[in-house]
Amino acid sequence: MPIVAAVIAGIMFGAGLTVAQMTNPRKILDFLDIAAIAKGGWDPTLLMVFIGALPMMFLAYVIQRRMRRPLAAPAFLVPKPSPIDTRLVAGSAIFGIGWGLAGVCPGPAITALAPTSGQIGSVILFVLAMIGGILLSQFFTASSTG
Amino acid sequence: MQNFMPWHGLTGGILIGLAAGFYLLSVGRMAGISGILESALKPASTSFILNLSFLVGLPLGALLIWLISPQLVPRNAFSGSTATLIAAGLLVGFGSRIANGCTSGHGVCGLPRFSVRSIAATLTFMATAAATVFIMRHLVGA
Repeated sequence: MPIVAAVIAGIMFGAGLTVAQMTNPRKILDFLDIAAIAKGGWDPTLLMVFIGALPMMFLAYVIQRRMRRPLAAPAFLVPKPSPIDTRLVAGSAIFGIGWGLAGVCPGPAITALAPTSGQIGSVILFVLAMIGGILLSQFFTASSTG
Repeated sequence: MQNFMPWHGLTGGILIGLAAGFYLLSVGRMAGISGILESALKPASTSFILNLSFLVGLPLGALLIWLISPQLVPRNAFSGSTATLIAAGLLVGFGSRIANGCTSGHGVCGLPRFSVRSIAATLTFMATAAATVFIMRHLVGA
């Protein structure tokens, strides 16, 4: 059951990213181009994505508080509140530089592996490099939390 | 704002929020894609199949939209060299795991919980991403 739920959630997520045009790096870079706010040509589509997504997720948390356990799993695995640290800020800063370079983040990268959006070579290259980055990060994780 | 697609963005965003919400209420987990991807790289982990299932769903979602209406599927417009793409992928993978989350984990899942860590992460990556685009488009590319 959890596996069926995970596939359904993945399909919905991928469908949402696709409809929102978020798998197209151009939409991301045109949003991040703040100089275009004054010059013209700024594309706030990504902002609309958050305006659509955040209230839905907020509602899910409201429902979650009334549930003792998830529908298809023994317990909720929700991160506990913890303070801001250097790893969080440094990692986010590095992630943002990569995001700004190509206009691709993990969700859209995996979604764009569908052969329907074109430039599959570029997508595969990015995904392989991203996996390389994740594997590299594990050296840092092992040494700092071990 | 000739390329602004507000209704596509809003509809897609609602779908993304429903997906992340459904994942939380059914499986009890956060739909943070970088974390899901990391677990899906470890076949020995207990949640390996679960995480892999979510990831397989992502491109299936794109295919589903294509079946419903091909014109809803955006044509990719990657710019930049092969080297840029590789560097970007490395930074995205590395940074998101060091920060324990990316646009989905900290943005979509963390912000509506009012998590201070996620708010800090989102502000940080938005700022460095915008700075990078500014440098690439208006200083280097100009």
